[in-house]
Amino acid sequence: MDERKTPNTATTNGLTRRTALKGLGAAAGAAAIGTQAAPGFVRYAQAQSSEPIKIGFQAHRTGIGAAYGRWYERTTEAAVRLINEAGGINGRPIELIVEDDGTDPRRGAEVVERFATQHRVDVVFGTLFSHVVMGSAPRAGELKMPYFCVSEGHHVASGVLNRYIFQPGITDVKSQVISMAPWVAENLGKKVTMIFPDYAFGHDHRDFFSEAIAAQGGEALELIAIPPTESSFTRYFPRIPSETEVIYHVMVGPGVLTFVSEMGQFYGANRPQIFGFIDSLEAVDLASPGLEFLEGTYFWEGFPRYAMPEATEYDTFFREQVGVNADGASIDDPQDISTYSHMFGCWETLYIIKQAMEASGYSSATDADKAGLIEAVEAMTEFPEGFEHPQGRKTFDGKTHQCFGHQYISVVEDSRLNVVHKTSIEDGLYEPEVDYTTQPL
Amino acid sequence: MDFGPYLLLASLEGLVTAAVLSLTALGLSLVFGVMRIVNVAHGEFFMLGAVLAWAIATPIAGNPALGFALAMVCSPLVVGAMALLSERLVLRRLKYEPEATIVATIGMLYIIQQLALTFYGPDARAVQAPFDWRIQFPWFGYSGYKLSVVGASITLMLLTWLVLARTRIGLMLRATQYDGETAQAFGIPIDRVYCGVFAVGAMLAAVAAVLIVPIQQAHYLMGLDPLLLSFIVVIIGGLGSLKGTVVAAVVIGMSDGIISVFFSPTLAKILATLLVAMVLVYRPQGLFGKAVR
Repeated sequence: MDERKTPNTATTNGLTRRTALKGLGAAAGAAAIGTQAAPGFVRYAQAQSSEPIKIGFQAHRTGIGAAYGRWYERTTEAAVRLINEAGGINGRPIELIVEDDGTDPRRGAEVVERFATQHRVDVVFGTLFSHVVMGSAPRAGELKMPYFCVSEGHHVASGVLNRYIFQPGITDVKSQVISMAPWVAENLGKKVTMIFPDYAFGHDHRDFFSEAIAAQGGEALELIAIPPTESSFTRYFPRIPSETEVIYHVMVGPGVLTFVSEMGQFYGANRPQIFGFIDSLEAVDLASPGLEFLEGTYFWEGFPRYAMPEATEYDTFFREQVGVNADGASIDDPQDISTYSHMFGCWETLYIIKQAMEASGYSSATDADKAGLIEAVEAMTEFPEGFEHPQGRKTFDGKTHQCFGHQYISVVEDSRLNVVHKTSIEDGLYEPEVDYTTQPL
Repeated sequence: MDFGPYLLLASLEGLVTAAVLSLTALGLSLVFGVMRIVNVAHGEFFMLGAVLAWAIATPIAGNPALGFALAMVCSPLVVGAMALLSERLVLRRLKYEPEATIVATIGMLYIIQQLALTFYGPDARAVQAPFDWRIQFPWFGYSGYKLSVVGASITLMLLTWLVLARTRIGLMLRATQYDGETAQAFGIPIDRVYCGVFAVGAMLAAVAAVLIVPIQQAHYLMGLDPLLLSFIVVIIGGLGSLKGTVVAAVVIGMSDGIISVFFSPTLAKILATLLVAMVLVYRPQGLFGKAVR
């Protein structure tokens, strides 16, 4: 359990049985009113209160997503602190309730359930791993619980989820891949071999990138799917055709360092160009033993880990508030590397929730107010770059519930990542595949 | 890549798997053979060995071989001590009853795993290999360290065999395995034999883990795979048989290497499981095991 979970008034000193009983009676009375009186009346009554807005944070504290979870939590805490210092949402402070889902889809759905029925939160937020989103989202829809994931999966915009699910704070894989394919084809090569994990996230990469590179006149020569539990990779390398110009890799999980060092052993100095997703090496120090091989290879970054000379004041502010130094590591522990390309999404999503709640006059966790909140998010079209959106300007499609933004391509030099290319928002646009607004609320 | 080099690479990979697996499985097999205990926590001793190797090797500056050598010595000793402690505190008090000890070792599995999560954290961390040779074949390069793992494993297996077959301690072990009560009647302190065997079993897993940790990384969930594979190996080879363990580890390791290279890793797992089923049906004592007395 977490100390933030309950603002524990019940355990403070000086609590007598009488006050406890009074409190219980009052709570019961309020509950009775809540269930019987007209919803409009209750909403009005609660709007006057400064009761906190409860945000349920579905965190990967344990399991394979733990490193991401740790930084998602730090980013979220920083943003919540800032919002509360600036007066909260509609004058009400945010209360963050954290539940660990173990990076497990089944537990993810249970956590959503707990948030809705036990903690009675206003929104659920912060899920990263796509399989956990896939496991949790249907339950969130059934419970009519607004659910804001920060996952970069294509699952929201693809239309397989439901109207209660949003991804306004981070771009999706399809957009990322489409926007970078032209640069890869032009600068690295057109004959690509892809290595990706054998589940939804990897399949997104496989499908969208091979499509996007074909559109550039290139070709995906070989698609190598690797089971997510794999711990040794050398056996897959012989399948890389010798005419390969670019190896495209996106691996997640504890096996990543092995993957890179084994690829280094396999190729030595005589390697093709290599383009990877930083997802492989989020929270990993680029100076780790075995990663020397990555020198001169390219990575997608969502937000440059190493502070670039051209970094905006918003980036600097964001680093400072979350506690990240100019090398993308924790200020307190330089060994503790952040997940810089993803965690900004938590920060930005919280500000979007705030903005939408204020626009819709959100006042209580009723179905009507939640519906209002959802319509308010759907009405959004653009998020300007600023302290609330430090990663940069984004556009938002209310029909697909997905945002679009800039991407970065960086090269590894002296165990650092230096940005070589920034895509435009237009590079990553694609035809909408769904219109969630037609679904009933 | 042509078929020849492809096969060579697959076999090398298979050999490394087999080398590590035979050490881990030997520990499991020894504990079962002598004590009749199915140690479900065996994989966690493996994980503990890897995590400790990281903890020992990382603070040591200078040549990575130094830290690795220290980890190779200290990590198994610490794991052995922990196994000793858990044997004294838990298994002995349960009087080594088969059913009770299975449940107890499942409990130990979770306790060790969560302790690692609490104190070591959820990250995968690398230990630098003691040396960084790369062997360049005409078609591909291969890690020299990986080949040395195979060598180290063979040496350790030979050493274990020597101890079992040629020393007084080995004689006591074999006597206890053959018939505990009679052994006790002949003055063999089977109580001490038990606790020694449990510690040595865990230490073998820890040694295997220290060997593997520069190739993979230390992670708190890494114990699961070796546990499953060890069980497969031990069931096929015959519980308590050193020869069977080695043969089965090589068969499983090589088939895993080769089948997963040419077909798919899933097929390799399917076949291994099928083999276990076949062995259980037609030769329940395992290929080299003797029928339980």
